[in-house]
Amino acid sequence: MRIEKEVIYIFLATLFLMVAIPWSVGQLSKDIFFEWPFFFEVAIGGLLAGVMYSLVALGFVLIFKASGVFNFAQGAMVLFSALTLVGLNERGLPMWLAIIVTLAVMLLLAIVIERVVLRSLVNQEHIILFMATIGITYFLDGFGQTLWGSEVKILDLGIPNSPGLYFDGRILINDFDLVAALIAGILVISLALFFQYTRIGRALRAVADDHQAALSVGIPLKHIWVIVWAVAGIVALVAGIMWGSKLGVQFSLALIALKALPVLILGGFTSVPGAIVGGLIIGAGEKLAEVFVAPLIGGGIEDWFAYMLALAFLVFRPQGLFGEKIIERV
Amino acid sequence: MSIKRIKTGIIAAMVIGGSLTGSSVILAADNQFIGSLVYRTGPYAPGGIPWADGFADYIELLNAKDGGINGVKLELEECDTAYNTDKGVECYERLKNKGSTGMPAVMPLSTGITYALLDRVVADKIPLITSGYGRADGADGRVFPYVFVPPATYWGGADIAIHYIAGEEGGYGNLKGKKIALVYHDSAYGKEPIKTLQALASQHGFEFSEFPVPHPGLEQKATWLKIGRQLRPDYVLMWGWGVMNATAIKEAAAVGFPREKFIGVWWSGNDADMVPAGDAAMGYKSLQFNGVGSDFGVHQQIKSELYAKGKGSAKSADNTGEVAYNRGIQSAFILTEALRTAMAEFGNKPMTGEQVAWAMDRLDITEARLKEVGADGLFDPIKLNCADHQGKGRAKVTQWDGKQWQPISDWIEPNSTMLRAMYEESAAQYAKEKGITPRDCK
Repeated sequence: MRIEKEVIYIFLATLFLMVAIPWSVGQLSKDIFFEWPFFFEVAIGGLLAGVMYSLVALGFVLIFKASGVFNFAQGAMVLFSALTLVGLNERGLPMWLAIIVTLAVMLLLAIVIERVVLRSLVNQEHIILFMATIGITYFLDGFGQTLWGSEVKILDLGIPNSPGLYFDGRILINDFDLVAALIAGILVISLALFFQYTRIGRALRAVADDHQAALSVGIPLKHIWVIVWAVAGIVALVAGIMWGSKLGVQFSLALIALKALPVLILGGFTSVPGAIVGGLIIGAGEKLAEVFVAPLIGGGIEDWFAYMLALAFLVFRPQGLFGEKIIERV
Repeated sequence: MSIKRIKTGIIAAMVIGGSLTGSSVILAADNQFIGSLVYRTGPYAPGGIPWADGFADYIELLNAKDGGINGVKLELEECDTAYNTDKGVECYERLKNKGSTGMPAVMPLSTGITYALLDRVVADKIPLITSGYGRADGADGRVFPYVFVPPATYWGGADIAIHYIAGEEGGYGNLKGKKIALVYHDSAYGKEPIKTLQALASQHGFEFSEFPVPHPGLEQKATWLKIGRQLRPDYVLMWGWGVMNATAIKEAAAVGFPREKFIGVWWSGNDADMVPAGDAAMGYKSLQFNGVGSDFGVHQQIKSELYAKGKGSAKSADNTGEVAYNRGIQSAFILTEALRTAMAEFGNKPMTGEQVAWAMDRLDITEARLKEVGADGLFDPIKLNCADHQGKGRAKVTQWDGKQWQPISDWIEPNSTMLRAMYEESAAQYAKEKGITPRDCK
């Protein structure tokens, strides 16, 4: 992949601001505590949280790439897959088998969505497909809870949640976040390779550009949609496992989609690397802002700051950092 | 299929559907209707389900054991709000006129819904009972004749937490120079204790810091880095809700903040919040305005009368000791005791909201009465009057031992002189804004 010069400049400018603003605020205000080890602790914590956001954002990117549709149901899919996994595990299935069965359920779900919802909407306006995914969201939220109940369920993978101290105890990093980042990293690299180097990956990109044109050159649209929804289901399951073992499997998992939106705006809706870089910038940016800037204005800014940061990027890159530039002749 | 046939089909379906729905809501005229706003679905369902089960089980227990209250059978209908204010108002409107006398009281189980109903309940003459949530100044019955806040308020809770900390530190005198932080859900609910804590901070000389957490609170890393690595307070208090609670406890563990110095209000002390936090929750403390566990007479009755016969609401009898479940019993108990008091005055028949409001003004749940129903130690006695709609406002401190809550203090009474002045000041402000003339309670 060729990275444009403009992207590199924006990236470097962001990096500079992320260091310069906290440092300057720390020098100017007595209320702000600034020390380099603490700065790195916050930045690393933010980067690791950002990887967790990327995990959710990836699901959105996959479906957007393949169908040009913003899948409103991605958060609900995270919840549904995690609920299914824990529900099966609670009913006596060993974890490995429960994961396999859940993968099968997500594949089945992809087939049903393609048959019942998407097939009749081929070549329709994207907004129609988007509305359909809103319907899928409400269905999955309700169906998941009816099937498995609304109580909090435990998902314990045995990943430690202890504070790990590094660099002579001056920087604290949570072990769980490190493991989660590693898993997300593996998933992202696999998906990037899948899209870049396989026939299905190329077909997916063709479908994303134009449904009708892809059909005319013999790309089986139905199969592609099933595959992409199934892959998005797998990504949802991984996100559900990681977030579920962090927070417990409960309805609130569906709300993590909110954390992925600024990542998508920043990284671009069509780029897998964009989702990961976007996640890292949003994660580190919002944490640094919350710790070094928020105390001056009353605190609690990290949620809206993430959106503001993403919108600031849009001023320079309307298509997102790694998004495709769309040129249409009038 | 012709359009005519489709139309006929739709009409037939509507008629059948209508008759089925209709039949399920036909209520006997001599039964007491009770409408219950619950949330068994949505992001806060884990805390709502046990409450709804406790409430339903206590009502059903009275029906099974005594045939209702004084021979008047109780008919319960739930409406699911999903903890959503719009749905809550819709549920209230749907239920308020049901039964022969309408809903005798509303317990919205949400501060947001409480605020939305404040004017409506006055117009409809239906008492609004908010146990441990809602407007703290509802304790002033002169301005809020239809609002009742027993057994405790958030302001009282804040005072109790500081009282407990003072005890741990060897007296109020030792609070000087200590750092106490508040982590709160950034909403009207979460901000409730701030005024009280600021007043207490200036009174006792401790340093008070606030840390808002935006809804829903899935990510709190930055907040906890500030608390655990930067401020390093002596104690942290929490006014959290739903997934925010477990996340906060896990993040506290992640930065190594001692859980023994971390105290949540009662809504940050549900069993459902501790379970996902796992080992990280060990040692964490929470205020509770009710007892914990199921070793009480009322639980034994519920188990033998309902669960042994397969009639309980909860999944199993094992769930009947959860704190949220016990709070559900408590809410049902307060309501049914008010119905009993009203019936003693107005006769053994279904009661109206106005009659129950009259009874709430005179509610007197004594230690002896608690013993009689098997709830001594589970609830604190409550005595209300025309001006005082709260009662003593006491709560206990409990600690999570990894499996369940253990009480670690006796009932702690808040500083009622200071709080009463604050309630009256805030209620007077409300009365001024709304043009309410406070009623005379002398």
